[in-house]
Amino acid sequence: MAAQEKIMEVQMIENGTVIDHIPPAALFKIITIMGLDRDTEHRMTIGTNLESKRLGTKAIIKINDRYPSPHEIDRIALFAPDARVNTIRDFAVVEKRRVEVPARIEGFVRCANPMCVTNHQPIETAFEVVSGASGEIALRCRYCEKLTSQKRMELKK
Amino acid sequence: MGKKSLISITDFTKDEILRIMEIAAEFERDLAGGGVASRGLLQGRVISTLFFEPSTRTRLSFESAINRLGARVIGFSDVANTSVSKGETLHDTISVISNYCDMIVMRHTLEGAARYASEVARVPVVNAGDGANQHPSQTLLDLYSIKKTQGRLDGLKVMMVGDLKYGRTVHSLLEALSHFDTEFVFVSPSELRMPVEYRTLLDKKGLKYSELTELDGHLDDIDILYMTRIQKERFNDPMEYERVKNTYVLHAAMLSGSRETMKILHPLPRVGEIAADVDDSPHAYYFSQVENGVYARMAIICYLLDVKK
Repeated sequence: MAAQEKIMEVQMIENGTVIDHIPPAALFKIITIMGLDRDTEHRMTIGTNLESKRLGTKAIIKINDRYPSPHEIDRIALFAPDARVNTIRDFAVVEKRRVEVPARIEGFVRCANPMCVTNHQPIETAFEVVSGASGEIALRCRYCEKLTSQKRMELKK
Repeated sequence: MGKKSLISITDFTKDEILRIMEIAAEFERDLAGGGVASRGLLQGRVISTLFFEPSTRTRLSFESAINRLGARVIGFSDVANTSVSKGETLHDTISVISNYCDMIVMRHTLEGAARYASEVARVPVVNAGDGANQHPSQTLLDLYSIKKTQGRLDGLKVMMVGDLKYGRTVHSLLEALSHFDTEFVFVSPSELRMPVEYRTLLDKKGLKYSELTELDGHLDDIDILYMTRIQKERFNDPMEYERVKNTYVLHAAMLSGSRETMKILHPLPRVGEIAADVDDSPHAYYFSQVENGVYARMAIICYLLDVKK
């Protein structure tokens, strides 16, 4: 049954992208990053709380005729460092990519420090990606120098 | 040298820190002799002191340094009568003012405000405190005080006492002293101990440190005793504050076995953590430390403006 389901999931796409192994908690952030919540053009299937051997549960995004830019993949990596981005052509997986967490990121994430100048002035945020507690990544704000842990990462409004 | 600002103590290399120490010592000698050489150094220059958050002591120390170098000061000590109160962005305030002057010295309540200003301004920016983040001129004056009283920066045993978790002065001083062969002793209640990132920094540099929860009885082999304030609001449990607050108060009687050369520093203001009977002790240095602030700030300003004596 599980194998059949897997085939079904991939077969649903003729050309496009499957983003797999997304932690369910990160799904809606990735939807926002890719602007899928406002996308009325591409056919897509989004599943969440699916069974996963590696993550326990996972989410998956399948989208036709849409290929995330390297910039979007960097952003996805921040919230879903174990995600796989699979490119589909003619119903077949032609590329399987692991995402990579970038060394620096600019914009789109909010600094968790309420006293940081970027939360009070119209300033684009900028962070250095550093290793945080228990193997997780953390972001060091270029301005206030404080760390934002992976758990506290929120998208900037 | 291109435009260089001082926002965080880590903006300066060890060599730059040592250079600031040398220049500050030259200014101290010159001022002792009447300040003739210093007076004309920045003649014709204009320096802005922008205090978005009031701080009389720091502002006057900077303005004293600027005046002793012969430059003129413009600025504000309160945002009430400025465009900021009309809702102007920090970007616009800094862009405009950087056209009026050769350097900006600023203090702001928001953390990171000075770093941002240094990216916007066409002139060097000196951070005179951005919220609880950085206050690098305080660190350099602390370091200058240590060098002046001990004659060296290597091979010293430095004890830091009080709120080591949130205290920005101890963090910056630790970073600056980590360039030198320093042994640290941290004395704090367990909930306010030195954060792990700073302890890791010392481990990486191979510097020794120990942690204590009591001050009394551990002062005999210390060269510098750096006292800080413990704020009641840092404790989750007010009872815990009441229990520990007296553990971190320094009294003259506790200094009987201390090294003759040991000096007590404090970033001030103090609120009871150093008893008044310590003020007359030859170890008390916190008021002289303030005087060193003027020399250190003169050195910082001239170094960033690339003006040589």
